[in-house]
Amino acid sequence: MTVADVRRVAGRIRWYVRELTGESTYDRYVAHTKAHDPEAQVMTRRAFERSRTDAREADPREGFRCC
Amino acid sequence: MRTGGDAGRTRPIDFLPIAPVISEGTEHHMAESPTPAPPASPAAGRRGPTPKSIAVWSLVALAGAIGWATLALSRGEEVSAAWMLAAALGSYAIAYRFYSRFIANRVLKADKNRATPAERLDNGVDFHPTDRRVLFGHHFAAIAGAGPLVGPVLAAQMGYLPGTIWLVVGVIFAGAVQDMVTLFFSTRRNGRSLGQMARDEIGPVGGIAALVAVFIIMIILLAVLALVIVNALAHSPWGVFSIGMTIPIALFMGVYLRVLRPGKVSEVSFIGVALLLLAIVSGGWVAESSWADFFTLEPGTLVIWMIVYGFLASVLPVWLLLAPRDYLSTFMKVGTIGLLALGVVVALPTLKMPAVTDFASSGEGPVFAGSMFPFVFITIACGALSGFHSLVSSGTTPKMVQKETQIRMIGYGSMLVESFVAIMAMIAACIIDPGLYFAINAPVGVIGDSVQSASQAVANFGFTITPDALAQAAADVEEASLLSRTGGAPTFALGMAEIFSAVVGGTAMKAFWYHFAIMFEALFILTTVDAGTRVGRFMLQDMLGNAYKPFREVSWKPGVWFASAVVVGGWGYFLWVGVHDPLGGINQLFPLFGIANQLLAAVALAVCTTLLVKSGRLKWAWVTAVPLAWDVAVTLTASWQKIFSDDVKIGFFAQRDKYQAGIDAGEVLAPAKSMDDMRTVVTNSTVDGVLSALFALLIIVVLVDAGRVCYKAIRDPESVKLHEAPYVESKLVAPASLFATKEEKAELAAAGLGPEGGIRKEPAGTGSRS
Repeated sequence: MTVADVRRVAGRIRWYVRELTGESTYDRYVAHTKAHDPEAQVMTRRAFERSRTDAREADPREGFRCC
Repeated sequence: MRTGGDAGRTRPIDFLPIAPVISEGTEHHMAESPTPAPPASPAAGRRGPTPKSIAVWSLVALAGAIGWATLALSRGEEVSAAWMLAAALGSYAIAYRFYSRFIANRVLKADKNRATPAERLDNGVDFHPTDRRVLFGHHFAAIAGAGPLVGPVLAAQMGYLPGTIWLVVGVIFAGAVQDMVTLFFSTRRNGRSLGQMARDEIGPVGGIAALVAVFIIMIILLAVLALVIVNALAHSPWGVFSIGMTIPIALFMGVYLRVLRPGKVSEVSFIGVALLLLAIVSGGWVAESSWADFFTLEPGTLVIWMIVYGFLASVLPVWLLLAPRDYLSTFMKVGTIGLLALGVVVALPTLKMPAVTDFASSGEGPVFAGSMFPFVFITIACGALSGFHSLVSSGTTPKMVQKETQIRMIGYGSMLVESFVAIMAMIAACIIDPGLYFAINAPVGVIGDSVQSASQAVANFGFTITPDALAQAAADVEEASLLSRTGGAPTFALGMAEIFSAVVGGTAMKAFWYHFAIMFEALFILTTVDAGTRVGRFMLQDMLGNAYKPFREVSWKPGVWFASAVVVGGWGYFLWVGVHDPLGGINQLFPLFGIANQLLAAVALAVCTTLLVKSGRLKWAWVTAVPLAWDVAVTLTASWQKIFSDDVKIGFFAQRDKYQAGIDAGEVLAPAKSMDDMRTVVTNSTVDGVLSALFALLIIVVLVDAGRVCYKAIRDPESVKLHEAPYVESKLVAPASLFATKEEKAELAAAGLGPEGGIRKEPAGTGSRS
């Protein structure tokens, strides 16, 4: 295995963990907003993460876990 | 429940989306029409199998068959767990390859050209097309919890075979089918919840019955899970300290994510897991220090703490406690399940429990009363067929599915993995000495409170264990006693410690692994208690909102507090009862929990069957109707016995009569120790009996209403109103399963996309057929 292979695999793992934990949601939101309107105001990361937990507060069924 | 209101109200048949598209492709637009349409991907589906694939699948079938044969035919000798793995994994592979594919292509006709809500309503946050492998992880993390670890352990009292067969057969024909079909129909309805689908597609009566059922089931579920934890933590300073520490750890993580570094979930989870491991290790130090007394709690005290915690957790902001706890428990869950699978494969322990014990037919087992049918199928809910999954399958997941064709991998596939987790729990319970198993899982009323009396009682069950061996087993994991630690968690932890210590660390590490496993289960359960209390509160607020509007406002604090108090009070009552029941809480309450969960499964399967009939798939309705019929037979038989059985061990009202007669005659009947105990038994049995009757009634209402709708749809197909979102052609290209097939790779390349897939780069409609 070359260094490049290791880096590729590490990159895939990092991608997977970031996707699974929702860490990449903000990046996606920015990309999504800019794609629709490059001039649009985007929330800061802080404001965005707050709005996400507030949404969960408002409807706890989102992200419900099972027995 | 709030309505989304965005689902289409037109029948899809009347709806022709895109002007004339020529050739065979047009028929896909009528995927829900009564006329038979070709399978979704004619090009991929119509190739004969290659000799290589025939050879591979024959080998898989053979491995599974040998596994089953060895498990079933062994009598008297110990069998390696490897055979159980072979039987289960072989069956899963065959079922996934053939049955789930049949459901996806022939029954549901999952259409890769139909845009999913994630694609149509993409807002980058809750609706967005998510990579299938990521969504698989999400969905699995959401459905798998403590349930599949508890049920199989209790069912092991009848031997490993009945439970294992039900786990594998049940998941293949019922559980995974329910998850997948619910996910499919919810995806076609923009991610509507089960309750909303029941109301839209069956009617207000069935819908309300389903809603009430979900609420009561939630209460019982939370009580039983909390009871499992209380039984595992009572008199265990190590456990109490470690679990207690998870609260400050979660608070720290919450503040970190909110204030210090918003959104950095992976790094804070790593810190959290490291702190968690430290908490487990330091629990051992605390247990040996002068603080031990402080953390040695009676079950009754723990109940109070659980209730206080449950209330606070549900009124505190999500970011402070619930969200970080969720991250922590997901990390632990995925990590530990992976480790456990590895441990089982490396250690390959032997099963010491007999294949079938006498309790299977006599119905007099100490863990739960009743014979194999129906009670094994009630006890093992999660892992074989779990109604709760239908809430997840009709919640977050359908809003994130990229392609309809991926529903097979996500819905059916994750449920197979959950069943595998349950198989590992079964292995963990069956590799420990059966004598020890019964000493741990029988209530105090049956085995007494000394190792001598327990050893004697176990001998009466037909197994042997010396008092010294019982004391030694407790000392090995640094607990004062393991007797009557009912609820499954300690048994599972012991089995897991056995497996792990065989691989890493030997006997010296056994205590660590035991408490690691307890912590891992407690973390799941506390997260479920948090989240479940919130969901229950939300549902209650919604119902109360019909009477007094402000209740619906989540920001109206008195409403939040009141609804939280009602929900916490509800499960707190049953928890209190479970801990103080002279007859033993788990064996009284667990059947209720099982019946409740299977009842919810019946609701979900009834909704699925109704939808299959209404959407012109009558020919295939057996796919959900057969598991529904089985589930109803099991649930109603169990309810019937719980209500009407003359056997005081089984029938709640028979129990009530016996103890009431005792009170009237002024006698104290064992295992009650006083008149107060006698009155407790009478009250508990009455409440449990009434609940059983209520559950049975609710299920009958839903079924009759669903039957009425199906009958109408068959008699008069023209009258059918489906609430499906209209067809929109998909511009997204993505593989259906874990690995892209040759055709899918060609399609991706033609669309100018990488292996992840994405929006087609060229004008839609050309080159989409390979």
